[in-house]
Amino acid sequence: MDAFEIVEGQVAVLDRADVDTDQIIPKQFLKRVERTGFGEFLFYDWFRSGEVELEPHPILVAGRNFGSGSSREHAVWALKDFGFDVVIAPSFSDIFYSNCTKNGLLPVILSEEECRQVAGSGEARVDLDDQTVTCAQGVFRFEVDEQIKHRLVNGLDDVAMTLQRAGKIDEFEQAGRADAGPVTTAL
Amino acid sequence: MADAKSLFDKIWEQHEVDDDLLYVDLHLVHEVTSPQAFDGLRLSGRKVRRPDKTLATADHNVPTDGTPAARLIADELSRKQVQALERNCDEFGIPLYSLGSARRGIVHVIGPELGATQPGMTIVCGDSHTSTHGAFGALAFGIGTSEVEHVLATQCLVQKRPKTMRISYSGQLGFGVTSKDLILATIGRLGTAGMQGYAVEYSGPAIEGLPMEKRMTICNMTIEGGGRAGMIAPDETTFEYVRGKPGTPQDFDAAVERWRHLPTEGGASFDREIEVDASELSPMVTWGTTPGMVTEVTAHVPDPAAMDSPADREAAERALAYMDLEPGTPITEIPLERIFIGSCTNSRITDLREAASLLDGRKIAPSLRGMVVPGSQQVKAQAEEEGLDEVFRSAGFEWRESGCSACLGMNPDILQPGERCASTSNRNFEGRQGAGGRTHLVSPRMAAAAAIEGRFVDIRNWS
Ligand code: SF4
Repeated sequence: MDAFEIVEGQVAVLDRADVDTDQIIPKQFLKRVERTGFGEFLFYDWFRSGEVELEPHPILVAGRNFGSGSSREHAVWALKDFGFDVVIAPSFSDIFYSNCTKNGLLPVILSEEECRQVAGSGEARVDLDDQTVTCAQGVFRFEVDEQIKHRLVNGLDDVAMTLQRAGKIDEFEQAGRADAGPVTTAL
Repeated sequence: MADAKSLFDKIWEQHEVDDDLLYVDLHLVHEVTSPQAFDGLRLSGRKVRRPDKTLATADHNVPTDGTPAARLIADELSRKQVQALERNCDEFGIPLYSLGSARRGIVHVIGPELGATQPGMTIVCGDSHTSTHGAFGALAFGIGTSEVEHVLATQCLVQKRPKTMRISYSGQLGFGVTSKDLILATIGRLGTAGMQGYAVEYSGPAIEGLPMEKRMTICNMTIEGGGRAGMIAPDETTFEYVRGKPGTPQDFDAAVERWRHLPTEGGASFDREIEVDASELSPMVTWGTTPGMVTEVTAHVPDPAAMDSPADREAAERALAYMDLEPGTPITEIPLERIFIGSCTNSRITDLREAASLLDGRKIAPSLRGMVVPGSQQVKAQAEEEGLDEVFRSAGFEWRESGCSACLGMNPDILQPGERCASTSNRNFEGRQGAGGRTHLVSPRMAAAAAIEGRFVDIRNWS
């Protein structure tokens, strides 16, 4: 994953609540076994019907509960591949939020009013280190978990980070704490 | 009691390897969200740490027409994806139930029926409805593909402790009102983001009185309320359900003794508590394009103009346009074209028995196409042993092989544009069951009764 730096540029606006991952990337595109090339299928039905138009600007502002529904990471791959580096919304579904942070797509939570102001400004600057979104209408601070920030700022691979703690996992298993559940290979 | 613990607290603490690092007891895998994870492992030269805690099945993509092997799947991309799963499981030593296996089925149906799902466990899967397994008093939640790779490599998950919520249901569900109605009504009340950030425990007499498969329906749809995980304390009903299944511990009695310590202690605290009177709930039907757009079967399609918030109004207007419904239309006057009985929410044997009991000796409306898709090959076999397949067939339903089927239409079972379907599944998003398809979520009983009448009926006064 690339390190996340300051993102600055124009803002695309999707003024809808509860945009679910079935809209972001419809199921017929989940059959691919690669991680790349999903951008062209983003919001497939909405784009095709002309109901929604979005420019591939670096920043997307969306409505509350963005990314609800399925756990498909394909939704994040499609947004990122399309060109977005930041999604700003009043709230996100939990799994979608987490998926974003694994792919260098920064999810930013701002209030409804702040979202409107960023959308209205047309351009913004998102600084992860400072945890601020700056636009013509103001400077807004956002919260982000320290761990997630550390990983994003440094472009770190989750698995590699956890493997640094492999000793703890070994200990946990050796202490007999990992014995719950079936031995699936013996089923 | 300051140190009283909840079911969630106990499972969390028992699985904390290190700060924010949670050990995973069971990792379920399916074909759609795993190929990129296995690729990631190969690229970095990593192995699967615990294949013996990993279990795979093919469900989302599979045709339900009886195709006997992956290489015979007609759709090329589906075939490639299922074959990729077969290759990956073979290479990494993961047990797999693919096409042709009598144990294959929807991942959230086979976990419980194999006894792989047990109380007190942590369970994850690259699928949001993993919350289903929480019905056993497990901590179970969906993860993305990057996390699938992470769990494969480390058997752990980096996870911040979520907030906790308890929803207590007093009273008992009335006649004709099911656990599906209970969860739909709850989501309707709290909204689709009402449980966001929370691990939710469902409790109270109305929950304790439910059999396991009904409890699974509730935990399953926790994600539709935005919840991270749904849980129900294990009790005698749970233990009896798990007893004798292939994956259960050898010393079952000792395991039960351990599990008895799991339930939430009196005085344990939650970040949020909600109370619902279950006896006031009615059969529910969704009218819009999120599961929160739901109302009683006796009610009418709502009028967006009467909604307070502009965001709700706009969303409702768009939903009604998509659903082609007029405000004020009685729910019972909505005509249907399709009936789908299936999905990880409602495709288990008790669901099929309930639907069949209403259909026995009757015919579905001539204008309708109905489809029954058992949740697993084992459910299918059991239903056939009981003669339920005959009941469905004589009523005019198609009886299919197991899989996700029309729940998400990644396979040939899809709605045509404009078709209106009463569905026992969990999502009524735009295009979920097929581009342009219109989905109304209901319980299996409501779906069966609607099949006979060709429109929704209140099963409480329908005979
Ligand atoms: S049945 Fe539907 S909701 Fe359940 S796992 Fe399959 S696609 Fe997902």
